[in-house]
Amino acid sequence: MAAADRQRPPFVAMLRDSALAAVVAALLAVPLLGVRLVDNASGLTLDRRLPLVLYAAAAVFAGRLLLSLAGRYLAPSLRGMTASLPGMPRNSLVIFGWVLVAAALLLPWMPFAERNLIDKLTLILIYVMLGWGLNIVVGLAGLLDLGYVAFYAIGAYAYALLSMHFGLSFWICLPLAGLIAAMFGIALGFPVLRLRGDYLAIVTLGFGEIIRVVLLNWQAVTNGPNGITGIERPTLFGLSFSRAADGPTFAGFFGIEYAPAQRVYFLYYLILALAMLTTLFAQRIRRLPTGRAWEALREDEIACRSLGMNPVTVKLSAFAIGASFAGLAGSFFATRQGFISPESFSFIESATILAIVVLGGMGSQIGIVLAAVLLVGLPEWFRDLAEYRMLVFGGAMVLIMLWRPQGLLSRREPTVLLDPKPASAEATVP
Amino acid sequence: MLTVEGLSAGYGRIEALNGIDLEVRSGEIMSLVGANGAGKTTLLMTVCGAPLRTAGRILFDGEDITGLPMHEIVRRGLGHVPEGRRIFPRMTVLENLRMGGYAADPKNFPSDLEKVLTLFPQLKQRLGQRGGTLSGGEQQMLAIGRALIGRPRMLLLDEPSLGLAPLIALQLFQAIVAINRDEKLTVLLIEQNAYQALKLADRACIMVNGRITLHGTGAELLADPAVQAAYLEGAA
Repeated sequence: MAAADRQRPPFVAMLRDSALAAVVAALLAVPLLGVRLVDNASGLTLDRRLPLVLYAAAAVFAGRLLLSLAGRYLAPSLRGMTASLPGMPRNSLVIFGWVLVAAALLLPWMPFAERNLIDKLTLILIYVMLGWGLNIVVGLAGLLDLGYVAFYAIGAYAYALLSMHFGLSFWICLPLAGLIAAMFGIALGFPVLRLRGDYLAIVTLGFGEIIRVVLLNWQAVTNGPNGITGIERPTLFGLSFSRAADGPTFAGFFGIEYAPAQRVYFLYYLILALAMLTTLFAQRIRRLPTGRAWEALREDEIACRSLGMNPVTVKLSAFAIGASFAGLAGSFFATRQGFISPESFSFIESATILAIVVLGGMGSQIGIVLAAVLLVGLPEWFRDLAEYRMLVFGGAMVLIMLWRPQGLLSRREPTVLLDPKPASAEATVP
Repeated sequence: MLTVEGLSAGYGRIEALNGIDLEVRSGEIMSLVGANGAGKTTLLMTVCGAPLRTAGRILFDGEDITGLPMHEIVRRGLGHVPEGRRIFPRMTVLENLRMGGYAADPKNFPSDLEKVLTLFPQLKQRLGQRGGTLSGGEQQMLAIGRALIGRPRMLLLDEPSLGLAPLIALQLFQAIVAINRDEKLTVLLIEQNAYQALKLADRACIMVNGRITLHGTGAELLADPAVQAAYLEGAA
């Protein structure tokens, strides 16, 4: 694995490589940047902009050269840094995980924790939860699902509609939304049972779009593109978080002064609890026959059949359980925003969640947290950079794939241990 | 124990099995020997519920299992070690074995595991290792061990010697004989390695072009000049 035995081009080859890239860039830049139609008095004229083409080519030349140089002189040391990650003993990851949980619990009490930060963390936690939920389908069961956002949308609309029409409270709707999403998961699962890999991905992608288009066009029920407004806010055992309400308020009950931030903190703890529920469930079920069956099915379907496993029920259970967590996250999203519309559930959401799972390292719970912070947090914090933030986002993804193509953390923990002593001895052997 | 009556099967218009009659008796090892493409694996897959059958029926322990899905057949006690081992490469050896007990009572697992590890002691040191890192012979042992965890009453083995060194293959065949003897497990063995397969078999069949052309005891077939000429050139 030493970097030295990888063949690196010498400087001349780098220059030639960069020149080639510049030529390609110039060719692309001619139609993209080099010509412009101008509408003036005598009609349309073609405006040639040669300097722009040259600038683009020069920028690509320099960038390519820098990248080659960085690859030669920086990458080995970076690789050395990151290579130590997967070799970390099993316990240190677990400890790191609990430290993260403790930090998340204590964070709102820290002096630097202002409302804005908590709000952003809440958003990140939604994606952490979605990532953990999708990880059940993609990471454990190996079913590539590109339409996961559909279940998120179903959960959100389920809560919004149930609360609007039947006046049900958030706490009753939450499990119902999970259940409804799970039913849709099974409904999607049935037709795609025989599909795998890319074919499955295409069908799930289509399913995601169908849900979005239905939400957009079924005016009578979903109010179409205008969305649903005034969705009821959640309460803590009946205590409302508003200044004045019909029932008792949180501030009034505890005899403290009302502050709008109280709801923000409450929502933060709520999504933290929901996300923890997701990950604890996922970790537990991996050690149960159902979860182990998902992993086995991902590895080899024929072997699974030969061991008496019915792939139909195993796949459907993965779809249903994965979908139910998206449903829970969806109803949280609806209650947090107070407003939902089909716009929030476009394909890019599915892609982001899948990117979080893949970049985090399939099946790794902590890797997903890191990836969610990176993919959701970064664009939020770099909002000031306006359009450049997507550039940073794309760059971060490319860098991760270059340095850690298997994801940030990608160790798989065994789910059965014979007895603790020899197992821990084995775990230290890479 | 396993009765196949007039079984025909094919892939589209290509006929792979042509009226196969086969009877495996309780407690015996039956070997099915044939060249590449004779239809051995097709026969096994069809017995296990692959939807290739065009005629005939399959009885297991007197019950008609024709057309049942594979997992139902396996749950009735007809274990199956598929061709090419098909272990779970990213899961540990212990997890692989645990999956073998998927359809069985989890209470039996510790004692069944003990039995498998006595049969294949090599697996003992490998329990925490990922399946994909095992050698070919160890993977085959794992595949057989995994099927045994489910406590089958009969085991179908599809070319266990595939791609293995002769010495390792011999070791596996000895293990198969030991299971048959100690556990009274009925075995249907499908093999290209005709000499070994005939030597350990109580009874055997030769398959050519989707038909069974010869059958008898293993010793009879070993002594048959036609079998010797076709399958045993240079063997032993």
